Amino acid sequence: MTDLLQLLVFGIVFGSILTLGAIGVSLIFGILRFAHFAHGDMMTVGAYFALIFVAQIGWPIYMALPAAMIGAALLAILIDQSVYRRLRRTAPVILLISSFGMALLLRAAVQLIWGTDNQVYQPGINVPYVVFDIRIKPDHLVIVGASVILVFAFHLFLKMTRMGKAMRAMSDNVDLARVSGIDSERVVIWTWVIGGALAAAAGVLLALDTRLNPQLGWNVLLPVFAATIVGGIGRVYGAIAGGMFIGIATELSTAVILPAYKPAVAFTLMVLVLILRPRGLVRGMN
Amino acid sequence: MTVVLEVADVRGGYGGADILNGTDLKLDEGEIVVIIGPNGAGKSTLMKAVFGLATIRSGSVSFFGRTITGMRADQVAKLGMSYVPQERNVFASLTVNENLEMGAYLRDDDFGPQIERIYELFPPLKERRRQQAGTLSGGERQMLAMGRALMLDPKLLLLDEPTAALSPRYAAETFERIREINALGITILMVEQNARQALEHADRGVVLVMGANRFEAPGPELLANREVAEMYLGG
Amino acid sequence: MELGGVIEYGLFFLSFVGIYALLSLGLNLQWGLTGQFNIGIAGFFAVGAYTSAILTTAPSPHHLGGFGMPLVVGLIFAMVLAGLVAVLVGLLTVRLRTDYLAIATIGIAEIIRLMLKNEEWLTNGVRGIPGIPRPFAETLGAGTLGQSDAVFLLVVVALILIVYLALEAARRSPWGRVLRAIRENEDGVRAAGKHIERFRLEAFVVGSMIMGLGGALFAHFVGFISPEAFTPEFATFLVWVMLIAGGSGNNKGAVLGALIIWLVWTGTEFLTSMAPPEYVTQAGALRLLMIGILVQVILLVRPDGLLPEETAERK
Ligand SMILES: Nc1ncnc2c1ncn2[C@@H]1O[C@H](COP(=O)(O)OP(=O)(O)OP(=O)(O)O)[C@@H](O)[C@H]1O
Ligand SMILES: [Mg+2]
Repeated sequence: MTDLLQLLVFGIVFGSILTLGAIGVSLIFGILRFAHFAHGDMMTVGAYFALIFVAQIGWPIYMALPAAMIGAALLAILIDQSVYRRLRRTAPVILLISSFGMALLLRAAVQLIWGTDNQVYQPGINVPYVVFDIRIKPDHLVIVGASVILVFAFHLFLKMTRMGKAMRAMSDNVDLARVSGIDSERVVIWTWVIGGALAAAAGVLLALDTRLNPQLGWNVLLPVFAATIVGGIGRVYGAIAGGMFIGIATELSTAVILPAYKPAVAFTLMVLVLILRPRGLVRGMN
Repeated sequence: MTVVLEVADVRGGYGGADILNGTDLKLDEGEIVVIIGPNGAGKSTLMKAVFGLATIRSGSVSFFGRTITGMRADQVAKLGMSYVPQERNVFASLTVNENLEMGAYLRDDDFGPQIERIYELFPPLKERRRQQAGTLSGGERQMLAMGRALMLDPKLLLLDEPTAALSPRYAAETFERIREINALGITILMVEQNARQALEHADRGVVLVMGANRFEAPGPELLANREVAEMYLGG
Repeated sequence: MELGGVIEYGLFFLSFVGIYALLSLGLNLQWGLTGQFNIGIAGFFAVGAYTSAILTTAPSPHHLGGFGMPLVVGLIFAMVLAGLVAVLVGLLTVRLRTDYLAIATIGIAEIIRLMLKNEEWLTNGVRGIPGIPRPFAETLGAGTLGQSDAVFLLVVVALILIVYLALEAARRSPWGRVLRAIRENEDGVRAAGKHIERFRLEAFVVGSMIMGLGGALFAHFVGFISPEAFTPEFATFLVWVMLIAGGSGNNKGAVLGALIIWLVWTGTEFLTSMAPPEYVTQAGALRLLMIGILVQVILLVRPDGLLPEETAERK
C-alpha cells in the first residue's frame, strides 16, 4: 500500500509536468491544426535556458524558471516566423514534417552548445520529507506547486483576457474568428508564446526531477502526446486531465513493469483511448 | 445615393473550377437586397468572396467606393461590414456573452451598452448569457449569430440564410428583426431559401444561377415575374 | 588515396545509398503515393535487421538463436515480420487522421527500440548482435573485403531494381490509381464505393515490408547491429529528407534523393572532420544540425523535390 502511495506521489509529480507540455501541444493543435513534434525538444531547450541563469548568473530556480519561459517563448516565435509561418499556406502535414526536422535541429543545437553529459541545476541531495513512510522531496513540492500556479494562470488567461477568448474562439472556428475581426496571425503568435513558455516550464521542472541532458524532452514526447490525445486533442482543459491520468498511470505501472517501458505504457493507454473514445476521455469545451 | 457595396464581374471560388462566373451586384445605402437561386448556385460563395474567405480570380469588390478585392476577412470587418455565415455561425464552445464579446473584438471602447442593446433585441439570449452557445436551440443560435455580427455597429450586414431550419413562426419573427435592424440604418444583403417571404420584406431581389445573375428587380416585380416564380419560387 | 581504396570506398558508399534507397522507396509507397505519415521507419528497419540477424547468425548464448539459416530465409522473414508489425499498427490506425498515425508510428518505433535495449534474451540488449554473415560468404570464402563489398552491392542493386519495377508497375496499376485518389480526395473515393481502409492498409504493409528488407540488408552489410543504429535520427529522419529532396510521389526521386542526401550526409562528415579538435566529439550533432537546416530549406524552397511527382491528369 505504501509502495502504491509512493508511486502515486511520483505519478502526480510526473503528471504535473506532462500537463504543462500537453496544454501547449493541444493549444497549438487547436489553432494551427498540426501535431507539434518539436515540443519535447522545446522543453529541453527551455530547461537549458534555465541552466544559463542558474549556473552563469547564480539565480535561484524560481527566478530562472520565468526567465527560461520568456526565452523559450521568444525562440518559439522565431521558429514560427522564420519557418512554420511560410509553410502554413500548404497542407498542415508539411508542418508536421517540418516540426519533426525542427525537433532534431533543436536537439543537435543543444548538444553542440551544452554537450551530452548529464547536468543538474544544483548539486547536492534533495533530502526528502517522510510522511507516513512516503518520501516526498522538496523538489516535488516545487514541481507540483509551480505547475498548479501556471495552469491556474493559464486558465485565467483563457477565461478573462481578450486574447485568451480569441484563442478559444479561433480554435473553435477559424473562419468565424476571422469574420469577427480577430487577427489570426496575432493569435498564432500568442499561441507560440504560451506553448513555448509552458514547454520551457515543463522542461525545467522535469530537469529538476531528473537531470538535464539533450534527450530530456524527446524522451517524454510520447507521454506528452498521449496526455494530449487522452484529453482530446485540441481541448486544452482535457490536457490537464490527460496529463494527470498518463502521469499517474505510467508511474503506477512500474509496480509491475520495467520502468524503462514507461513510454510504452503511455503509448498503449493512448492507443486504447484512440480506439475506444476517439474524441478523448473528457467531453466538453475546447 | 451612396453605393455601399459594388461587386463587378467577379469570377473565382475555392481554387478549383470557378464557382462564380461573372457576378455583378450593387447595393445602395439603406437597402435590403435578397439573393435567391437554386442550391449550389454560388450564393454562399459570393458572400464569402466579398468577405475575403473565397478566392477572387478576376473582377472587383468595393465597399463605399473603396476596393476590398481579396482583402483579409478581419480587415474587411474592420471597415464596417459584418457577416453571418450559413453554417457554424456561432462559437459553440464559448458562452453566449463571450460570443458577443468576440463580435466586439475590434472595439476598444466600452461595449457593455451594445451588449445590453443586443439582449433587448433578442431577449431569450439574455437568460442564457452564461450558457455555451453549442447548447442553444436553432432559433437562439441564429439570434446569437446576428447579435455577434451587430456588435461592431456595421454599415453593411451580410446574412446567409438567416431563417433556414427555423419554424415558420420563428422565420416571420426573424424577418421582423431584420427590418428593425435595417431601420437603424444598416444596409442588408441576405441569401434566402424562403424566397417569397424574403422578397416581401426586400427592396430588391437578385436571382443567381450558376454563379451569374439571371434576374434583378424590385421584390414585388420578381414575385410577379412568371419565369422566376416557376423556376425559383416553387411555382 | 590509391585506386583500390577509392574503389573500396565507392562500393561502401553505394551500398549505403542502396539500403537507404530501399527505405525511401518503401516510404514513397506510404507517403508519396498514399499520403500516410510514417515516422516510425526506424522500427520497421530494426525489425527487419534483427529478424534476419537472429535467423542467419551462428548459435549464440547471448541472444535468441542464432539459427544459422541461409540468407534468403533471413531476408524473407525480415519482410514478413516487418509486415506483421505493420498490420498491427495499420489495423489500429488506418481509420485515424494523419497526425494520429504519425504519433502511433513513432510510438511503435520507440517501443521497439526500448525492447531491443531491454529484452536481452532476444537481442543481447545494448551489446548487440555480431557476426552477421555477408551474402554468399561461404561460396566466396575468405575473399578480400572489396570482393565481398562488390558482391553485396550487386545483391542490393538487384533487389532495388526488383522493388523499383514492382512499385512502378503498382503505381500505374488500378491499385496505384486508387491510392492516389485516396490521397487526393478521400471522400470521393469512399463515395465511389471503394474500401479505403483496405487499400491504405495494403500500402502501409507493403511499404513497411520494403523497409524491413532494407533493415535486413543493413544488418548483413555492417555485420554487427545494436539498438544505437536504430535511432529516429538516422533510421527515420534521413529517409524523410531523402524522399522530400528527391520528390515524394516519384520512385525515381526516392532513389535519387537517397543518393544525393547520402552524398550530403557524407559530405558533412568531411566538413566536420575539418572542424577544430575540441568539436570532434560534437561532429554528430553538427551534422544533424546541418541536415535539420537543409530539410527546412528544402521545404521552403522546393517542397516538391528535385523530381516532382508526374501527375497523370496533366498529360
Ligand atoms: N469550401 C469549399 N471548397 C470547395 N468547394 C466548395 C466549398 N464550399 C462550397 N463549394 C462548392 O461551391 C459550389 C457553390 O456552393 P455555395 O455554397 O456557394 O452554394 P449555395 O448557392 O450557397 O447553395 P445552398 O443553397 O445549398 O446554400 C457548390 O458546388 C459547392 O460544392
Ligand atoms: Mg449557401
